[in-house]
Amino acid sequence: MYQYNDFDRAFLAERTAQFRAQVARRLDGSLTEEEFRPLRLMNGVYLQLHAYMFRVAIPYGTLRSEQMRGLAYVAEKWDRGYGHFTTRQNIQFNWPKLVDIPDMMDHLETVGIHAIQTSGNTIRNVTADHFAGAAADEIADPRPIAELLRQWSTDHGEFQFLPRKFKIGITGSPNDRAVTRSHDIGLRMVERDGEPGFEVMVGGGLGRTPLIGKTIRDFLPKADLLPYIEAILAAYNAAGRRDNKFKARLKITVLENGLEAFRDAVEAEFPARRAAFSGADQQVLAAIEAQFAPPEFRGGDAAAYEAARAADPVFRAWADTNLTAHRRADHAIVTVSLKAHGATPGDCSATQMRALADLADAHGYGELRISHEQNVVIPHVPRDALPALHAVLKEHGLATANIGLASDIIACPGMDYCTLATARSIPVAQAIALTLEEREAEVGPLKIKISGCINACGHHHVGHIGILGLDRAGVENYQITLGGDHTERAAIGERTGPGFPADRIVPAVERLIDAYLELREGADEPFIDTYRRLGMAPFKAALYDQGNVSDAA
Amino acid sequence: MSRRPSFTPKIVTANHLGVGDVVYLSASGEWVRDLSQAELIEDEAHAQLRLLEAEARLHEVVGPYLADAAKGPTGPIPTHFREAFRASGPSNRPDHRRAPPAPATPKPIMTHREAEVEGAL
Repeated sequence: MYQYNDFDRAFLAERTAQFRAQVARRLDGSLTEEEFRPLRLMNGVYLQLHAYMFRVAIPYGTLRSEQMRGLAYVAEKWDRGYGHFTTRQNIQFNWPKLVDIPDMMDHLETVGIHAIQTSGNTIRNVTADHFAGAAADEIADPRPIAELLRQWSTDHGEFQFLPRKFKIGITGSPNDRAVTRSHDIGLRMVERDGEPGFEVMVGGGLGRTPLIGKTIRDFLPKADLLPYIEAILAAYNAAGRRDNKFKARLKITVLENGLEAFRDAVEAEFPARRAAFSGADQQVLAAIEAQFAPPEFRGGDAAAYEAARAADPVFRAWADTNLTAHRRADHAIVTVSLKAHGATPGDCSATQMRALADLADAHGYGELRISHEQNVVIPHVPRDALPALHAVLKEHGLATANIGLASDIIACPGMDYCTLATARSIPVAQAIALTLEEREAEVGPLKIKISGCINACGHHHVGHIGILGLDRAGVENYQITLGGDHTERAAIGERTGPGFPADRIVPAVERLIDAYLELREGADEPFIDTYRRLGMAPFKAALYDQGNVSDAA
Repeated sequence: MSRRPSFTPKIVTANHLGVGDVVYLSASGEWVRDLSQAELIEDEAHAQLRLLEAEARLHEVVGPYLADAAKGPTGPIPTHFREAFRASGPSNRPDHRRAPPAPATPKPIMTHREAEVEGAL
């Protein structure tokens, strides 16, 4: 994995020193909040409902064990002993004091992590498939490209004052686990005649105007990536609207001008950009790629795994839901659920972080990942180590066997933390998880995603069942959407009808589940397929008919 | 003569500059953390004046604003759930509550089982 060099360390030390001085000037009154706000935002410092919030990037979701320990240390020393993993592969600390944040930054720099451009109208943390480098279905590991993009975009002088924030997601696999079509730029690695390249998608995004990204280039040679992305950013920087915050994202630029016109603007910009690249980017990329060499895999004895699986039903249930095929048959990808039933999705205590770091060292070559689904991944585990790993996870409340099931819910912080929220989302996730716990195995694969406002941090538009919390005349009200899809079959869910008050939203979700179990053609037809086959009508009936309509408001 | 539209009582609230937590302006001009000790302002002109005074103290707090409130038995109480959450802290972490749930806090989101017990279904 990428290790900071002297340049990186010096750059971050200087940047933190600048921020430390800015904080001091704010605290002594030399800077107004208006002057200070953009400075703190470009360093990942928000002011939320109850406290400051410090958002730290986990680039392309990859962490080394000592980095996870660094996060644990920061959580304990300067926060309240936990962190919250987000839907964009960041971690948020919910309780820092302003004056302590430069110290937190300095400590994170020692383990190679920073918070630059986790907010503001800049290029944000580049997100990637959380199974990158491990998945059996992968063409190539996308993380070297993501690291190149991180280096290129960090403090890029031309793109510090974009019309609006800008998000890039990348996958190296045909099965899209990085929701690439919900990003300003989505990148999917493809091959043409043996040559590596990318399908480039633009103008995706959730929020108040949810749009699926459109393909602007179906094949871009790998060497052209940075100049082409620069051309996209330059075209957006010129054409993106600065008069209206709600129309400033690239998706609106593409929508209003049309994909063809936007593509023309990009292509017009591209030749000069490409000419300006001397090939230094490819040298940097080659050096980065060398740092992403896979670990030296040891053989894993599948017999020991099979024996444990046969002997222990709890282990078997966990293995059946939480393991994914590794590109080596004697290894597995472990997804560790941060969704214990009734827990806050994505919250992880410092003790749990250390346990995960220790497990990664003991059984997983020191590697960890954070998924946009707010779980932790140990990407390379020899199969014979799985029983021992599972035993330790159990001791730390991390062995919940629910990955991909109804209680594996994405939820934004909502009204419990966020200044933008219009309703709570975490308690809705907690109540749904507790309600469905006993029958979620029977229900099978289901994505429930919850946002506490229209900005859609909880990805509700792409949930099979999406829930959006709103403020209706001073009362929380929850709208339901159905049929969203976050994968390569990306789709925006459709609203069912009137929303439900807080004390009726969980029973409403239950009725959807009851209807699905009634309607499905068999246990191997997942919820989303039943919905696609039958459409909205039977689910709408389950929600609103038979007197249930009085539940809606 | 028609009466002037009635004025909803207000409090001045903000976040503390150094810590970031929720504070309220008391009648004596102190920033206090307990909503019941805040000044309940029942006159519009006075409310605007108090807000201007708060805005002049930007080396102490961030983003002061007027929030609706009502007269409670021991001082102001929130009328909207957002202010109720600000007064009491995140509902998902009782260990991080700063005060008992304030009036206007919505009921907990019930699981199906709890809803059955309460007869809500």
